[in-house]
Amino acid sequence: MPTKIEKDSLSGQNTTGHEWDGLKELNTPLPKWWLWTFYATIAFALVWVVIYPALPIPGATGTSGWIAREAVVRDVQQAEARMAPMMSRLRAATPQQIAADPELRAFAMAGGRGAFANNCASCHGAGGQGALGGFPSLADDEWIWGGSLEAIHHTITHGVRANESDDQRQSMMPRFLADGILTRPQVNDVAEHVLSLTNRATDQAAATRGAALFAENCVACHGEKGEGNRDLGAPRLNDQIWLYGADKASIVQSISNARAGVMPSWGKRLDPAIINMLTVYVHSLGGGE
Amino acid sequence: MGEIKTPEKLKPEAAEAAPPSLYADRQRVYPKAVFGKVRSVKWAVLILCLALYYLVPWLRWDRGPGMPDQAVLVDMTNARLFFLWIEIWPQEIYFLAGALILGAFALFAVSSLFGRLWCGFTCPQTVWTDLFMFVERWIEGDRNARMKLDAGPRNGAYWSRKVAKHGAWVLIAGATGGAWIMYFNDAPTITRQFFTGDAGAMVYFFFALFAGFTYLLAGWAREQVCVYMCPWPRFQAAMLDENSLVVTYRDWRGEPRGKAKADGVGDCVDCAACVHVCPTGIDIRDGQQLECIGCGLCIDACDSVMGKLGRPKGLVAFETLANLSASAAAAAALPPGPQRQQVGMDARRVPRFIRPRTIMYGAALSVVALVMLGAFLMRSTLDVTVLPDRAPLFVRLADGGIRNAYTVKIVNKTHDESPLSLRLEGPAGLRMVVQDVEAQGEGHYPLARRADGITQYRVFVTAPPMAQLAESTPITFRLLDDAGRLATSQSSAFLGPKP
Repeated sequence: MPTKIEKDSLSGQNTTGHEWDGLKELNTPLPKWWLWTFYATIAFALVWVVIYPALPIPGATGTSGWIAREAVVRDVQQAEARMAPMMSRLRAATPQQIAADPELRAFAMAGGRGAFANNCASCHGAGGQGALGGFPSLADDEWIWGGSLEAIHHTITHGVRANESDDQRQSMMPRFLADGILTRPQVNDVAEHVLSLTNRATDQAAATRGAALFAENCVACHGEKGEGNRDLGAPRLNDQIWLYGADKASIVQSISNARAGVMPSWGKRLDPAIINMLTVYVHSLGGGE
Repeated sequence: MGEIKTPEKLKPEAAEAAPPSLYADRQRVYPKAVFGKVRSVKWAVLILCLALYYLVPWLRWDRGPGMPDQAVLVDMTNARLFFLWIEIWPQEIYFLAGALILGAFALFAVSSLFGRLWCGFTCPQTVWTDLFMFVERWIEGDRNARMKLDAGPRNGAYWSRKVAKHGAWVLIAGATGGAWIMYFNDAPTITRQFFTGDAGAMVYFFFALFAGFTYLLAGWAREQVCVYMCPWPRFQAAMLDENSLVVTYRDWRGEPRGKAKADGVGDCVDCAACVHVCPTGIDIRDGQQLECIGCGLCIDACDSVMGKLGRPKGLVAFETLANLSASAAAAAALPPGPQRQQVGMDARRVPRFIRPRTIMYGAALSVVALVMLGAFLMRSTLDVTVLPDRAPLFVRLADGGIRNAYTVKIVNKTHDESPLSLRLEGPAGLRMVVQDVEAQGEGHYPLARRADGITQYRVFVTAPPMAQLAESTPITFRLLDDAGRLATSQSSAFLGPKP
């Protein structure tokens, strides 16, 4: 609606001619180029919609064909290409050589940390602290299958009792009660003897009776004094570290039904370079020998 | 429903005009050359600012081998900010924030005392626009010649001048963008690489960005940046009051305007010299305006006219609004003439520089400056951070002992690489082992440290079996220099099971 141009009496400025309850709006015109810049941004947005995938329609990728998922794949490929020389060196080296070379070691520690979080932490914990119930701690100073770089490398590569590798860590504890080798009182006596190895026996007579049974049934793997045997994956029984619990009930349960933890063979799943990095990383967690 | 009656005043008027446009064409401004005191000061400030900007990257500062020898350098690749002898790490970026806060308070304080000094003299928009106008005047001539050229035919003379002007502008803009990238790269190296094409896409992008916007803002947009884009003119009104120095027209002396020889008129001869020199194209005689950047060129223009007429200078001057009203009140009753001039000028007082507003800005400025100075003097060049392992908090060992693991980071901001000796202070019985480091003597580990970098160690602390320790025991790691003096220390905790 065309309106009359009025001058505001106070400021001497033109009004827009719009009036609300006696209030008149002063006309302070914007520069035209400002308006054109605004139109230019709209035009830019239209061009953008054509070139880039801006419409929520499957397959509408825009004329440039740019897809976020492909960009990620490209980025990953670039990162892998950047790491390739280092990875081939890590593949060729032994864990000992990696641990001795500061450059390789720094790379292996960083890569090992990531690989550990991806593959190992779900059972062994974020810092390798393990968990009660058969997930050994990798940060303490006891190892079931050995804590040298070679032993760790072998265990990671071939796994434990997973039947995925011919060289896997393999041993089997008998189910002493379930298979009728020992009676229930005998199991109790053996458990008392095992407790006595760490001076925790509650019934000295039972422990003495159990000593004979222990010598007969357990010593072959766990050793005379319960010192364990890493070749057989038989844990030490005369220390403070208990994989399935230190209390008598847990020990009775272990003797009665046996325990057999399982770890997959990672040699089939991971790049040898990553296994080397994991070996060096796990060795550094605090228990490396 | 009855008929809706249109209110009388909203009915179309008889003599209808087209509605006013909400968008305005740009009114070209052709500032005229001006000479005088203010202009001289402006030239000096312009030369100083531009010289600083273009030459500072070329200043050298020896920092020893392997370190950049550029006095002022923002090293993005290595995340360091070099300023003469100061080297700022990313975690100390609060020094930059502090400098900006300092700058803001300084700006507030100066504005409340002296008005728009920043806008009129030192703002990069003003400085580069001034430089571009100087080039324009040199190639196309002064105000009248330029107006004639633009209004005249598009002939060879027109195009040759325009091409020469824009060519010169592009060169200056290029030098501006070029100097910008020198603050982020070694100046001699990047200059060579820039011309051989080895400088990298990022460098060329930022060069083009800064060169392009210099050309656009100083060549084309000019006063429109101040009038339409810049937020500062909008809120600086909060800093100014009637005791701030601003560029003012002494209307009590100038009005009524009239010819120089006419009787009963004020000193303003309405020659419009002040309007012709104004870089934002306003008339200062209209009073205080948002568009006025306070550059004071109209003062020079008016002073030279008054000088020629043999009248006192200062019809347009840096003056406070308080003095302006005082003069106006004193001179109101008198007719135009030397007596009115005398009475008006005598009514002025020395501006009140000390007032609550300036005291508060000054206090804020001092507090920030003191905090910055304190933070800088207490800035450590050697930090040790101790991060205890969180998973697991502690490890039970086969013999029943308890072990904690820590990551010890030595942040060395100097170039001293001499090893530091790490010692553990805590309850008797705690033993410390540093992974991959051989102990020298009892519980004493020499730790190498990288110059200007972070070195990281993994430290194990073990409590013997049956040690009677609380769930959390305070311990302290101490780093001693080779003379056995304490370099730095960091306290931490040794954690164990609930006793």
